[in-house]
Amino acid sequence: MIKRPFFSLGKPKLKYPVDDTQEQDVIRVIPLPDRVTFFLEDPYERNEGFLIKPGDKIKTGQKLKLTEDDKDYVISSVTGTIADISQYRGYLGKTYAAISIDTGDEEQWDDKFKEGCQKPTLENSLEFLGCLPGDTGFIPILDTHPPLNTIIINGLDKDILVSTNQLIVQTETDSLKTGIEYLREITGAGEIMIAVSPELASQAGEIDVDVKVIEPSYPNTLPEIIMKSILGKTPPADETWEQIGVGLINAEAVVAISNAFTKGQIPVSKLLTVINKDNTTVHVRARVGTHVKEILAALDIETYHGDQLVLGGPMTGHALYSEDLPILADTDAIMVHDKDNVVLPSDCHCINCGECVRACPARIPVNMLIRVLENDLYEEAAKEYDLLSCIECGLCSYVCPARIPIFHYIMLGKYELARIETVEESNA
Amino acid sequence: MPDEKLFIGSHAPYWHNGSSISAKSYDTMLAALPAVVLGISQYGAPALGVLALSVSCAMIWELIMNVAMKRPASIGDGNAAVIGLLFAMLMPATAPWWAVVVGTFVAVVIGKQIFGGIGCNPLNPALVAIAILMLSWESMMDFNDALVNYDFGFNMIYPLAAIKSFGASAVSDYNTVGLLMGQQPGGIGTTFGLGLIIGGLYLILRGHIRWEISLSFLASVFVTALLFNLSDPDKYANPVFHLLTGYTLIGAFFLATEDSSSPVNFFPMLLYGAFAGILTVLIRNIGAFVDGVVFAILMMNVANPLLDKIRPKAMGKGIKHA
Repeated sequence: MIKRPFFSLGKPKLKYPVDDTQEQDVIRVIPLPDRVTFFLEDPYERNEGFLIKPGDKIKTGQKLKLTEDDKDYVISSVTGTIADISQYRGYLGKTYAAISIDTGDEEQWDDKFKEGCQKPTLENSLEFLGCLPGDTGFIPILDTHPPLNTIIINGLDKDILVSTNQLIVQTETDSLKTGIEYLREITGAGEIMIAVSPELASQAGEIDVDVKVIEPSYPNTLPEIIMKSILGKTPPADETWEQIGVGLINAEAVVAISNAFTKGQIPVSKLLTVINKDNTTVHVRARVGTHVKEILAALDIETYHGDQLVLGGPMTGHALYSEDLPILADTDAIMVHDKDNVVLPSDCHCINCGECVRACPARIPVNMLIRVLENDLYEEAAKEYDLLSCIECGLCSYVCPARIPIFHYIMLGKYELARIETVEESNA
Repeated sequence: MPDEKLFIGSHAPYWHNGSSISAKSYDTMLAALPAVVLGISQYGAPALGVLALSVSCAMIWELIMNVAMKRPASIGDGNAAVIGLLFAMLMPATAPWWAVVVGTFVAVVIGKQIFGGIGCNPLNPALVAIAILMLSWESMMDFNDALVNYDFGFNMIYPLAAIKSFGASAVSDYNTVGLLMGQQPGGIGTTFGLGLIIGGLYLILRGHIRWEISLSFLASVFVTALLFNLSDPDKYANPVFHLLTGYTLIGAFFLATEDSSSPVNFFPMLLYGAFAGILTVLIRNIGAFVDGVVFAILMMNVANPLLDKIRPKAMGKGIKHA
C-alpha cells in the first residue's frame, strides 16, 4: 500500500513499480483447469429457450450464444461438456448467464473460424473476435460508421502494480506489429497510435505507428487521461468515445487479433498480473474462465477467511466473495489483499478538507458531490455536481481522511441515475 | 456455513493513503504546541488551567451531544479537542472557569454539533464562541483589563488597543523581533508569532491546511495595512505590526483554515483569504472593534458556500464536438 508521505503538498503521486527484475519476463502458465466458467451478458435474466444446454459437447474456440438472435457471445476456451448454466448478478447489477464447462481429456479446436476467416475483414471480426483476451471494447471500435479517425493502442495498464499490457509491448512487439496492420485493414481507421511508458518507447518505435509516451504514474494511465494527453481533448460526459471518432484498444487485444488471423485460432488464454499480499507481482497465462482458486493454487498463494480478493488492481478492481469465480477476458490482474490491510470505510460526514478535490483528475467538486449523493439526490448530482464526468479512478476514496467510500457512492449514483432514466424512458 | 472461506467484499479502491481525521487533529494540536507552551511559561498556572479546562470541557460537550443525539461517540477523532485548544489559545489567561465552560459549550454545541457534527459547521466553532464572549462580556475579553496584574518587563498595553486609541506613535516601542518572540500581551496562544509561523508551516507542509488561504490572508492584511499606513503614517500602524499582533497569525494558520468553513477550490481560497484580510484591517483601523480577525473570518465563513461556486469546469463538461 502506498502511504501518504510525511510531507505532502498537492496531489498524490502513485508511481508504477519499475520493471527491473529478470523474473518479470517469466510467464507462468497455469495448467488446464478441470472446470471453467464464462459470464455471458444476459439483460433479460432468462432461464430457458437457450441454444446450449447442460451436457452439450463444446470444442475449444467454439462460439457460445444463448439464442440465435443474441448479439453477445463468448468463445469457449476449453474442450468439454457444459455442466451448468445459471444466472449471475455482477457489478452494478448487470445480469449474466454463467456457463460452466467441465474440461474433457483431449483438446479439439473448433474450425469454423479457420474455415470461414482466411482474411481479416470487418465481418469476420464482428462474427468471431467479440471477446478477445484483453478486450475492452473491440466491437464498438468496429461497429462505427464512418470509421474512426483515431485508434489509440493502450500499451499501459489502467491500475497500479499491473503490468500486463506493458509486458505485451515488451515481449510481443512483432505480433503487435502484424496486429496493427490487421487492425488498419479491418477498421479503416485514419490514424493509429500507441501509448507506452518511457522505458518501452524505443521498443515501440520499431512498430510503424505514432508512439506517444505517457509517464506511468496513476491516474495518467486511465483511458480518459491518456486521451486527454495524446489528443488534447476529453470525451464529453454524455458521449461515448466512438461518437467523437476515437477508439481505445489494449495492446493485448491487438496481439490477439494478430494471433487469430495468423494461426487461424481464436486466442483463448489471458495474460494476467497476480499481485500477492506483499505487493510482489507474477505474470501468469491462463485460459479465460479459469477459476481464481486454480491460479492461486498454481502459484502457492494462500488465502484465508477475511482476506480480500480483487479482480483488477488496487484502485479500480472488483472484489470477489469467493475463489470459485472465473477470470474474464478483460481481467488484467488478480490482487490478493491481506485481511490486516483491508481498509474499512466509515460513515463519517465529509469534513470538507478538499483532499479529494485536489486529487480529482476530472476536476469534480467531490466535496459537494458526496453531500448530494449521501442524500440520494442523483439527478442533482449529475446536473450540478458533475457526477457523469467521473472517470472512476478511485483517488477520492484513496485520499479521504474521513474514509468515506466516495467511489462507491459515485458508482451507486451512476447506477441509480441510469435506472431513473430507464424508468423515465419507459414511461414516456 | 461456519467453515467456508469467504472474502471481504467492498468497493474499490482497496488501498488508502493512511490519513485519518484523528491524525490530522493531533497534528494540528502538535503544531499549536510551541505557541501554547510559551503562553503557559508566560502566564503560568492560570493559562494552563484555562487550556486544560477548555480542552476537557470541549470533549465533554461533544460526548454529551453524541449521547443526546444518539450518534456514535466522536471524541476519538480529536476535533473537539482541537476546538477546545484553539478556543483556549484565544482567551486571556485570567478567564474565569465559567467563561471557559460557556465558551466551549457555544463552540462545540452551538458552533458545531447542532449543525450535525464535524464537517457540517458553517462557521468556525472556536470563533463563534470567542465572538459571543466578546459581545457578551466585553471587559473580560479586553486584554488590557484582563492582564492588568501581569508585568513581564515589556510593554503590557495590548498593542491593537493602543494603536486604536493613541495612533501609531503609541506603539513605536514594539519591535518586530519582540513581537515575534511573544513580547506582547494577548491571548494565551496568540502572542508567540514565531511559534505560530512554525506551526503553520508544519501544517502546510504536512498538507493539513491549505497554504492558499494562509498566504492570501497574510498578504492581504499586509497590503491593506500598507495602504492605510501610506495614507496616514501617524494614525495607522505599519503592516508588519498588523501581521504580528492580535489574532492575525493564529487566524491565518489555525482559524481561517478550518476545513468545514473554508473553500476548497483554488481561486475561492485566494478570495476567501484576501477578503478576510481586508476586512480584518478595515475593522481594526476604522471599525468599532479592537481586533478584526474574529469577525472578518466569521464573515467570510458565511460567504464560503457562495465563493466555492467558482470552480473549474469538470472534464467533459461544456465541450461540444459538433
